[in-house]
Amino acid sequence: MSELDAFRTEVREWLEANCPPEMREPVRDEDDVCWGGRKWVFKNDAQKAWLDACVAKGYTVPDWPKPYGGAGLTPEQTKILKQEMKRIGARSPLDSFGIWMLGPALLKFGTEEQKVHYLNQIARGEIRWCQGYSEPGSGSDLVSLQTFGEDQGDHWVVNGSKIWTSYADKADWIFCLVRTDKANKYQGITFMLFDMDSPGVSTKPILLISGNSPFCETFFDDVKVPKDQFVGEVNRGWDVAKYLLGHEREMISGGGAGGDMVSIGGAFAKSFGKNAAGELDDPILRAEMAAFDVDVFAYRAMGERFMDMWKTGRAHPASSNMMKYVGTELNKRRHELVMAGGGSDALEWDSKESKGGARARSWLRTKANSIEGGTSEVMLNVIAKRILDLPGA
Amino acid sequence: MPLYHNDDQAMLKDSVAPFMAEQAPVSHLRSLRDSADATGFSRELWAQFTEMGLPGMLVPEAHGGLGMGHMEAGIVLEEIGRNLTPSPFLATSVGAVAALAKAGGTQAGRWLPAIAGGEAIVALAIDEGAKHRPDRIATTATRAGNGFRLDGKKSFVLHGHVADMSIVAAKTDGGITLFAVPKDAKGMTADPRRLVDSSLASHVTLDGVEVDADAVIGEVDAGGEILDALLAATRTGAAAEMVGVGQGAMDMTVNYLKERKQFGKLIGEFQGLQHRAAHLYGEMEVARATVMKAQQLLDEGSEGAKLMVSVAKAKAGRAANLAVREGVQMHGGIGMTDEYDIGLYMKRDRALAEFMGDVHYHIDQVARMNGY
Repeated sequence: MSELDAFRTEVREWLEANCPPEMREPVRDEDDVCWGGRKWVFKNDAQKAWLDACVAKGYTVPDWPKPYGGAGLTPEQTKILKQEMKRIGARSPLDSFGIWMLGPALLKFGTEEQKVHYLNQIARGEIRWCQGYSEPGSGSDLVSLQTFGEDQGDHWVVNGSKIWTSYADKADWIFCLVRTDKANKYQGITFMLFDMDSPGVSTKPILLISGNSPFCETFFDDVKVPKDQFVGEVNRGWDVAKYLLGHEREMISGGGAGGDMVSIGGAFAKSFGKNAAGELDDPILRAEMAAFDVDVFAYRAMGERFMDMWKTGRAHPASSNMMKYVGTELNKRRHELVMAGGGSDALEWDSKESKGGARARSWLRTKANSIEGGTSEVMLNVIAKRILDLPGA
Repeated sequence: MPLYHNDDQAMLKDSVAPFMAEQAPVSHLRSLRDSADATGFSRELWAQFTEMGLPGMLVPEAHGGLGMGHMEAGIVLEEIGRNLTPSPFLATSVGAVAALAKAGGTQAGRWLPAIAGGEAIVALAIDEGAKHRPDRIATTATRAGNGFRLDGKKSFVLHGHVADMSIVAAKTDGGITLFAVPKDAKGMTADPRRLVDSSLASHVTLDGVEVDADAVIGEVDAGGEILDALLAATRTGAAAEMVGVGQGAMDMTVNYLKERKQFGKLIGEFQGLQHRAAHLYGEMEVARATVMKAQQLLDEGSEGAKLMVSVAKAKAGRAANLAVREGVQMHGGIGMTDEYDIGLYMKRDRALAEFMGDVHYHIDQVARMNGY
């Protein structure tokens, strides 16, 4: 224990010296979140200084091995670092699909050369990745995907299209599922990596019900992909994809599937008004918010237990599906209550007072939580089959 | 501390789980019920508990116990819940011990070793009406002679008719005071009622019961904190037992889905049932984590424990309730029969849900603790 205590002290001192005060403020706007990449424009010097400090220390990916840009921390040390960052309200130095998704897949399936090359790029925030999974005809039934890579000797020629590619218009590279054998459904997909600047790649943002466009359609028109740019084995990309989906659900689970994990009633009491007894001035809404708060605090404990177990290999491998299901449904409920609590103010779509319709747009955005990364219904199928071992599921 | 059982705790579970399944399975509850047992539990079984050191798990070592924590007690309670085992463990070994250990002094010295030795059953005389309202205690303790005179009515007192001592919460001039009232105290009568789950709980009348000054547990007027310790421990324990009840019901039900055939298929093949079972699994997992968190915070003496205890009682209440309702429904017709065990789970869950504050009470507490 004392070794961990010493580590905590060391982390505290390091954070004190290296985390700029501006980076301890809550995230207010989308560009407060640093995504890195070739096109990234730092919002201010503090954002850059914080990223640079974390990169130098390996703290953008603290639990990755040092040769790949991490700090080589144990699960216990990583937990301590996160606790200490949370304690001072430190922002994440770098958010990235490279860290959350591609990295873990490379750590598991990549060659040593790939790990050194790509993981360091990710850790330093040099390359911003996007994920090419879903297609217009392949949503929940992902394995039916049609984007095809034709073997041309030293390269593939890729044709097809992807949909729901998050931030494809801002990404530098894509990790992409491409069919390379039409005769083999599961064992005919290759997990390719290529530059979004390659000739033949184009993107088109999709306007969502929230009025925002975080997702794109991505088109491949005779895109040349060198034959050494794949992970795992040719035609065995489905194994990588499944592993990565598990990680995506883990990240969603550990990283806030439940959204903002604080008391909703406590936050509302200030603006909503209270009766003489000091209770929120709407008994039915108060009751619903309190019932919701119980679920929030419960899910927070679940998140802690899940991560403790996951990091030490104690968790059921499919339990991230449960975390994703419970957490995303919870977050949707939160935003329903945010709207109810906000009343007609929360309906405003573009006024300055409403911060450009922030509440309404967030509420609508959360409806995708239980669709993206595997729908709630698919999560329930997976739990039924892999955890409860129900027949024919 | 990570939120899973460490090696010692896993070993405890490995010894308690088979013990409870072999010595006190659901058939044990049935045989007590069918023989119209008047005690409410089996003294032979309690002697076996004692051989394993269970009654004194939470009793400090200085008083002859094992000095363990709520996490360990929760392991026993979950198995009690899973097997629907009737026992005074929750009231005596968790609730009463928490109060006595918190208070220290004469009564702790008198009763803790007796509890650890399996010699004393202690009842908790807190509630006064059909609902749990510990902030509205009306029973009075007035100074009389060397001690106090107790007057009032208590309800839902588990083991009240057989307890060697009852912890009575009463109003004194400057607050709440807890008293250790021995079973033969003049003026105290216990009227046991059989409850839906076949347990026995008493309506206790205190009619001018005279106790010595040293019957006070802790200090006069300072019983609030001790009562809080008692309530936190008992609520967390009840939540752990409900996790066991819910898990037992869920396991039975999921197994049934894999056996029962209709329309030429196992009913577990139907997605309508699969999704409900999978949803229940998630709720039970969350409830389990929540109860463990409350146990951990209590064991650490953390300030955050109070909130988490209410969260745990509410969440475990919701999840176990879902488990028993889905259990009966998915069993179909046989779920309604007395012969089948799933209904017994529903009954025990109902009693535990009410004990020391139901879901609604604790949801309200969570709102209050968050300032609304």
